[in-house]
Amino acid sequence: MWTDFLLLMKQEMAVIAMIFILLFMKLGRDRSNESFMNTMNVLLLLNLTLGFIGNRDGVLLNEMFRTSKLIALEKNILNLAMLIVSLQSYSWLKTHKHVPEFYILLLSSLLGMFFMISSGNLLMFYLGLEMSTIPLAAAANFDLAKRRSSEGAMKLIFSSAFSSGCLLFGISLLYGTTGTLIFSELPHLISNNPLQLFAFILIIAGFAFKISVVPFHLWTADVYEGAPVAVTSFLSVVSKGAVLFVFVSVLYKVFSPLATVWYNMLFILSLLTIIIGNLFAIRQENFKRFLAFSSIAQVGFIMVGISGGSDVSTASVIYFVLIYVFSNLAAFGVVALVSSVTGKENISDYKGLYKTNRTLSWVLAIGLFSLAGVPPTAGFFGKFFLLIAGAGKGNYLLIGIAALNIVISLYYYLRVVKAIFMDANPTPLQPIRIPLMSKLAFVVCIAGVVTVGVASPIYDYIYSLIAQMQ
Amino acid sequence: MNLTLLIVVPFLTAIAILFCKGLKQVRTISLAGAVLQLATVIFLLVAYQQQASGDGHFLFESNVMWFKPLNINYHVGVDGISLAMIMLTALVVLAGTLVSWNTERLNKEFFFLLALLSTGAYGFFISLDLFTMFFFLEVAVVPKFLLIGIWGSGKKEYSAMKLALMLMGGSALVFIGLTGIYFHTNTFDIVQIAGMQIPLVVQKTFFPFAFIGFGIFTALFPFHTWVPDGHSSAPTAASMFLAGISMKLGGYGCLRVATYLMPDAAHSYSWIIILLATIAIIYGAFATMMQTDLKYINAYSSVSHCGFVLLGIGMLTKTSVNGAVLQMVSHGLMTALFFAAIGMIYSRTHTRQVAQLGGLLKVTPFISTVFIIAGLCSLGLPGFSGFVAEMTVFMGSWQNPDGWYRFATILACASIVVTAVYILRATGKSIMGPLHVTHNQLTDATWNEKLAAGVLITGIVIMGLAPFLITKLITPSTDVIMNKVLTIVTIQK
Repeated sequence: MWTDFLLLMKQEMAVIAMIFILLFMKLGRDRSNESFMNTMNVLLLLNLTLGFIGNRDGVLLNEMFRTSKLIALEKNILNLAMLIVSLQSYSWLKTHKHVPEFYILLLSSLLGMFFMISSGNLLMFYLGLEMSTIPLAAAANFDLAKRRSSEGAMKLIFSSAFSSGCLLFGISLLYGTTGTLIFSELPHLISNNPLQLFAFILIIAGFAFKISVVPFHLWTADVYEGAPVAVTSFLSVVSKGAVLFVFVSVLYKVFSPLATVWYNMLFILSLLTIIIGNLFAIRQENFKRFLAFSSIAQVGFIMVGISGGSDVSTASVIYFVLIYVFSNLAAFGVVALVSSVTGKENISDYKGLYKTNRTLSWVLAIGLFSLAGVPPTAGFFGKFFLLIAGAGKGNYLLIGIAALNIVISLYYYLRVVKAIFMDANPTPLQPIRIPLMSKLAFVVCIAGVVTVGVASPIYDYIYSLIAQMQ
Repeated sequence: MNLTLLIVVPFLTAIAILFCKGLKQVRTISLAGAVLQLATVIFLLVAYQQQASGDGHFLFESNVMWFKPLNINYHVGVDGISLAMIMLTALVVLAGTLVSWNTERLNKEFFFLLALLSTGAYGFFISLDLFTMFFFLEVAVVPKFLLIGIWGSGKKEYSAMKLALMLMGGSALVFIGLTGIYFHTNTFDIVQIAGMQIPLVVQKTFFPFAFIGFGIFTALFPFHTWVPDGHSSAPTAASMFLAGISMKLGGYGCLRVATYLMPDAAHSYSWIIILLATIAIIYGAFATMMQTDLKYINAYSSVSHCGFVLLGIGMLTKTSVNGAVLQMVSHGLMTALFFAAIGMIYSRTHTRQVAQLGGLLKVTPFISTVFIIAGLCSLGLPGFSGFVAEMTVFMGSWQNPDGWYRFATILACASIVVTAVYILRATGKSIMGPLHVTHNQLTDATWNEKLAAGVLITGIVIMGLAPFLITKLITPSTDVIMNKVLTIVTIQK
């Protein structure tokens, strides 16, 4: 029993252990910020390596908790993203007063996501979700002196409370009509009756809030702009990725009897999300708001993939999230560094960046190219597979509109590239020294962007894990 | 012979350039890479000639599983058509590298992007898998944006953005076409798809996407508007790559993907293709008459000349399709030469306005001769490649017995006269006539420019004087495509 606990929950245990180590370190004598951060980076790296060893399938606690190789892989993607975020926040945290708290908040949130991904019961899922959101709201407020930061945190807490309310209402209705909350029992009891449909809509709305699908996206830009860049990148990559993983499995497994309903829903929601995300991204001046809207559009593309409803869809979504981790964090890393050194966050400040900061320019450009889906970067493969997966149902209208929206999205990504490489600016940003930790993070991101696409074994591996589960 | 070498050589060149220091090392490596590419291609050409059995099928195929769950393969192989295109690419790459020999600003990035662009082009021409093909098609888009935007002149940001978005729009349409094919055949493999019968409805739905998508790359009317802006803003080597290689990606795609895989639809839509191609030919020619900037002249004349490619494909006779391929090669060499000459003139006089030039033959005889040769080739003088290609297109087009098609052929032929007018006028005003006072001290071409021009002129003259060399190469392969199209036509009748 206890060995089962330790083995199957080892990723969760590792995160809990890290939190405790932090607490003990905080209890002891005063340490420098660097020692905290270095310990954490080493521990996160260990945690990531540990995640790849000895994963197996299993169920615990009366199906409350389930795990499999696929779920372990999903958690590892999040671990990797957490590590990169931690490396990138180095230069910002160095002068911050509350380093251990920052890590404790992010790690608790990560822990919540792990339980959420592993949940086999709607109750567990809800607990995990809440556990992942509340620490994030505190983390969004972590630029303690800035009013914007508190404003962002406030908006995050309100919107997530609202979405949790929706979710909880949906879950209770579902429980009322079926008498169970266990994932494996629900599909047999769900049919097209109106009350269950209503519950389904509420649950979807709850999800849509978390991954900022239009029309539930309004909080995204403000929170992204207000929160510190490290938290913003965590929000946009880790938090979204986790909810997307759960979204796919809940939709495909629990709500499989409602497949036509959610297909039509996703069809409309995904197109709305892509188009609105794109149109708003075009006009943004603040880099973080720009990345917020671009991430909304990206989620739209992921929804197109999800609408396919096949094994290829699941594989493509997980694959895309992995790619998205690398490409989005490459872009966010540059923004984080520039904003921590110069305090500037507008796209117009990046004009002529190439004159003074060549490495940063290329990292940013490659990250943006990957987000835009330009080969040979991984983003091309990710988007191609998502659209192919979405086309599996034969809806060419969806694919056509999505494909044309890739062109629109290319416009605003290229607009930034143009600012960096082509626009003349008599006073470009000063040359920025890249600290070692950021360098490491950039190397990981760029290596990921360049290799994950072309190297097919990664996609094949993800697909084989999914095929095994049937 | 392993075809992957054709991708590896330029790609390694690109990587090697990243580790170079200073202009001298960068350009030496680039030149070495370009020469190596040409050597590989010549070797390939010889090997192909020896092994070809005359039935025009693919040789040197290699097929490796890439993404198994989606049935995507890395499948490459060449036939006569792709070989002709690869040969063209190698020549233009060599000439382009030589022309940009003295690029001072950000030279490392410049040559890196050129190498990346040529990687995309080679990969595209050897691909026998639609996914691989699409991948390489898009690889070649973004380097152009950077090349034009960073090293260009005039309203370069606007042109770069316009070009990137229009070409990306083209590839989005191509993507829709490919998805349509994929979901009715469950494969991306061109050879396998060619053996299947795609339902007529599917063909009719997805042919326009694929054809227009590729057509945007090759200046299909009314999607040609990126051509003049893009060409005129681009630096010389980028213009050469753009007109010489990149526009050919589209023509090749129209033939290999749209027409070959969806022959029924090609047949039923041929009248639209011909209509658009004829408009492009006539409109391009007349638009050129009004231009005063040398690069705009060549860019609009490219629209007109690429119209012949599409006309040849649309006419769907064996000879006309042959002519279309010939025209692609000929136009690639000729435009590249033209842009090279214009670039040489511009770098000396700092103007491209015809009115501000004059009498250049007196001070820069070599460059002026190159300019005149390119012009004569463009207007289809016998002895140069342009004549061979255009003549074949016209003959092939006339073979199509439909009255309206013949009317289109006559109109297209008539455009030659307009071509003669604008070419002779531009040559007369800028090369002949009184010398402009400020241009007294101009120096003639340097060795690298002479070599670049020499490479391209050799290609043009060989093709013009001994066209059988190249027709022998491509005819069996175009016959494979046309046999498929024509059997379908006879069944329908």
